[in-house]
Amino acid sequence: MAAANSLSLTSAFLPRHGFHGPSHNQNVQLSTQKKQFARKAVSGWASPAWNFPYQMFSVSVLEDALEPHMSSRTFEFHWGKHHRAYVDNLNKQIDGTELDGKTLEDIILITYNKGSPLPAFNNAAQAWNHQFFWESMKPNGGGEPSGKLLELINRDFGSYDTFVKEFKAAAATQFGSGWAWLAYKPEDKKLALVKTPNAENPLVLGYTALLTIDVWEHAYYLDFQNRRPDYISIFMEKLVSWEAVSSRLKTATA
Amino acid sequence: MALRNLMTKKPFAGILTFRQQLRCVQTFSLPDLSYDYGALEPAISGEIMQLHHQKHHQTYITNYNNALQQLHDAINKGDSPTVAKLQGAIKFNGGGHINHSVFWKNLAPTREGGGEPPKGSLGSAIDTNFGSLEAVIQKMNAEGAALQGSGWVWLGLDKELKRLVIETTANQDPLVIKGPNLVPLLGIDVWEHAYYLQYKNVKPDYLKNIWKVINWKYAAEVYEKECP
Repeated sequence: MAAANSLSLTSAFLPRHGFHGPSHNQNVQLSTQKKQFARKAVSGWASPAWNFPYQMFSVSVLEDALEPHMSSRTFEFHWGKHHRAYVDNLNKQIDGTELDGKTLEDIILITYNKGSPLPAFNNAAQAWNHQFFWESMKPNGGGEPSGKLLELINRDFGSYDTFVKEFKAAAATQFGSGWAWLAYKPEDKKLALVKTPNAENPLVLGYTALLTIDVWEHAYYLDFQNRRPDYISIFMEKLVSWEAVSSRLKTATA
Repeated sequence: MALRNLMTKKPFAGILTFRQQLRCVQTFSLPDLSYDYGALEPAISGEIMQLHHQKHHQTYITNYNNALQQLHDAINKGDSPTVAKLQGAIKFNGGGHINHSVFWKNLAPTREGGGEPPKGSLGSAIDTNFGSLEAVIQKMNAEGAALQGSGWVWLGLDKELKRLVIETTANQDPLVIKGPNLVPLLGIDVWEHAYYLQYKNVKPDYLKNIWKVINWKYAAEVYEKECP
């Protein structure tokens, strides 16, 4: 699938001027229950308009950018069909409603409705989750984290190896569809591993998301079939963008 | 299973092995299909059937057996936290085994009756409860398409009320989770692994086509047994 309004190759997944992190920055106000989310244009992507009507984060994605670890065929469907459907359907759902005009993060929190989700939650959260997922990866990804991120990983998990083991286990044991996350808990300033079913994400827990892996079967079935553990390993070894994670942490702890 | 068979059938002939004495937990194994993997084509590809049966179902069974063994050990030790912790794995993997065991029987090649509408008392019950077979198919397809995430859509029988129901369950929850009197007549797996290689994101096409290989004979047998 041609990326109709793609940016140049250099922007696909590659940080420009240092990585500013995803559009959905989260500045959590601890003094009140309401979470404020500042939106920032994402360097490296054409600015996704997080106002209604929501646009697909402009495809600054070249579908084969993550080959051979995540095939262009997977991308064609995962980004081009699944993610696109969540965005299109969300726009239809909120058109003319009071959700119209709100930020995507606000829509997620409002429609989560304290655990009794309203109809738009699924599409809103999945639209957010998928963008966050794409931005959690890069070509020639993998390697290890460094700096402050590694410090916190060592502090809160004991070691990087332990973190990897636990992250992989969380991703592998999310029964059914869902996501595994590395998140930052603003309350106690600690890192946490979270696994969520279906469309749920750590925003609804008041956490800041740092990294995610999509473990819905559509994320890996064309490339790995039933072998979810292999997909998770390849994600960690070849795809994860520690720059993105570090940048998100920096914003969260600023 | 081994222990019970040995004790009831052949006294003295079945000396328990050391492992059996230690184990004494029934282990489950993968049921065979009564048709070839490719026999449901073009509705469901042979590739999917083989992966679904040999990998997915087998994994549920393997993990179910492991969880049951761990549960057995935890019970013997009085390790309540472990007993509680294992419930999720047992429900998920045990449910996966239950559901898929029914699913294989719910399917049949067209030359063996797959897709042929139900006759007899189930056919009448469908008309009584839903108006028509088309209505059942339409409702099950709508519920299956609307199901978010992974799960199953069921045609079930409430054996107390003698009424047919259409229900969905999440993940590998068996139908009985929705009601202790519910018996599954027909289940359609709407996990992505059930259709993705062939139908990709177009779940509705899978739901449309699977009816060509649905084995109503089995559903009717189950119904007639509960409602003689």
